[in-house]
Amino acid sequence: MIRSATPLLAMAALAIAAPAHASEGAAATPAWVMLAYLVSGILFILALRGLSSPASSRQGNMYGMVGMAIAVVTTLVSHPPSFERLVDDGAGDVAFAAAIDWTQMGFVLAAIGLGAVIGIVTARRIAMTSMPQLVAAFHSLVGLAAVLVAAAAFLNPGAFGILGADGLISPVSRVEMGLGSAIGAITFSGSVIAFLKLNGNMSGTPILLPARHVINLGTLLAIIALTGYFTIDQSPWIFWTITILAFVIGFLLIIPIGGADMPVVVSMLNSYSGWAAAAMGFTLQNSAMIITGALVGSSGAILSYIMCKAMNRSFISVIAGGFGAEASAGGDAAKVDRPWKRGSAEDAAYMMKQAESVIIIPGYGMAVAQAQHALREMADLLKKEGVSVKYAIHPVAGRMPGHMNVLLAEANVPYDEVFELEDINSEFAQADVAFIIGANDVVNPAAKTDKSSPIYGMPVFDVDKAKTVFFIKRSMGGVGYAGVDNDVFYMDQTMMLLADAKKMCEDIVKALAH
Amino acid sequence: MDFITILSIFVLACFVGYYVVWSVTPALHTPLMAVTNAISSVIIVGALIAAAAGGRGPSGLLGLVGIVLASINIFGGFAVTARMLAMYKKKER
Repeated sequence: MIRSATPLLAMAALAIAAPAHASEGAAATPAWVMLAYLVSGILFILALRGLSSPASSRQGNMYGMVGMAIAVVTTLVSHPPSFERLVDDGAGDVAFAAAIDWTQMGFVLAAIGLGAVIGIVTARRIAMTSMPQLVAAFHSLVGLAAVLVAAAAFLNPGAFGILGADGLISPVSRVEMGLGSAIGAITFSGSVIAFLKLNGNMSGTPILLPARHVINLGTLLAIIALTGYFTIDQSPWIFWTITILAFVIGFLLIIPIGGADMPVVVSMLNSYSGWAAAAMGFTLQNSAMIITGALVGSSGAILSYIMCKAMNRSFISVIAGGFGAEASAGGDAAKVDRPWKRGSAEDAAYMMKQAESVIIIPGYGMAVAQAQHALREMADLLKKEGVSVKYAIHPVAGRMPGHMNVLLAEANVPYDEVFELEDINSEFAQADVAFIIGANDVVNPAAKTDKSSPIYGMPVFDVDKAKTVFFIKRSMGGVGYAGVDNDVFYMDQTMMLLADAKKMCEDIVKALAH
Repeated sequence: MDFITILSIFVLACFVGYYVVWSVTPALHTPLMAVTNAISSVIIVGALIAAAAGGRGPSGLLGLVGIVLASINIFGGFAVTARMLAMYKKKER
């Protein structure tokens, strides 16, 4: 308690010394420090560049780690915790780094160590099927860290070299700080909701508040207006109100968004976490943070764009939320009694053994049932029979971009057997069997033909062109996340395999082994 | 660095990001999210500065908490990315 007064004194001392400090603040950063941050920024670019192919990706990840190590070590060396650092030396100048405060350094290293243990243990233990939740959880941490850094900079602006000649935080820095804190807070609360929805702690169905658009828009405008006002008035209440409103809007923005739109949400939050880092990079005048923030921000934005395009929906309509809330409108009742055929594991095994080519379409249901390993075993047996087996992945299959690819990779499916929508869609006309496991909306022909369907215009797999279709589904009752009936169920060449996806694959494996 | 210099870096980096990310193969979109998550935790730089300058005052404490959060992300993000990337294999021939 006694010691906590020290930084306050230091702050006061700094406020007096501010003019001298501020004029030198930016220029005082040694050239090697700026170069080191630049190098780490470039290494981050190379980390993403490596992901252009699985072969180069592992090296890319190494570049990323080296870049991060450089950034952290540079900061520890150039900004060591020290007592005398911020004290006026009497000549109107701020004395720089007199004695390193090793106790505080110990705390800092312990904090890094604590994070390292939690992070590594989580990363090792997490099931691959839970990857979307993990990513959402990680995003929330970046968001919260951005808020904390913004708050720390607001409380102790001198340390960040953002004091103007008048002893106040410079207006530009105030805007950056307000934005950083707001975007960080939105990322945090939005990611927490996304996590709860993905993890099943909260229902995936959209929660619709009355007048939510008015509330959301009003809150957003309030944040923007307050950030503007913050440039004139540096009162703490403005900073904290901006932050709290941003927490609220993050929460409000994500609760009305349904499970099927989660890939967009996760990508969007990914983007936000980048913009938050970039905003703080502006405040700190740190090139590594700015480069990284821009990279991550555009990465998330591009992924959101790809996901929206793959669902033929506008970003605005996803953010507005509510998709899939109203159960299938009309038509459904008339379709309930349409005839469909039920198949058995033996039927599927027999037909696929005879086939020349089988295309497997996995969806979120495969992830839920953890069926990827059994599926790969089935594919192995088919390959032994001389059947060509390929996997077809829709961009929005699963709950995050690339979700299915990771699960198949986990099950040791070679990545050169896995194809994207546009690369394989023409092959269904020649395929003997389309094997749909846990997917639904992405094979619904209504997207091509029915203009009234909510998924109209979404690119889908042409499974209706395959000679035979096997459709694994738990029961005939449920519909896809879009809440629409699927004509594929009732086609002549379709056999419904009603069972848990994993159980069904295992049964087919048994039947194939005979 | 003045504001315009920083803005220039930012805008150029956005362009670099745009082209680099479009060249990422869709099969690696999940590792992309995990690794972007790890690198966006470079925000730890801000937390380190706050912890160093703030000592045991409120801003120092915020910095320390920020360090823990960012470091969970850094280590967790890179570790989980490495774990995923190790699984992507080509067909054995």
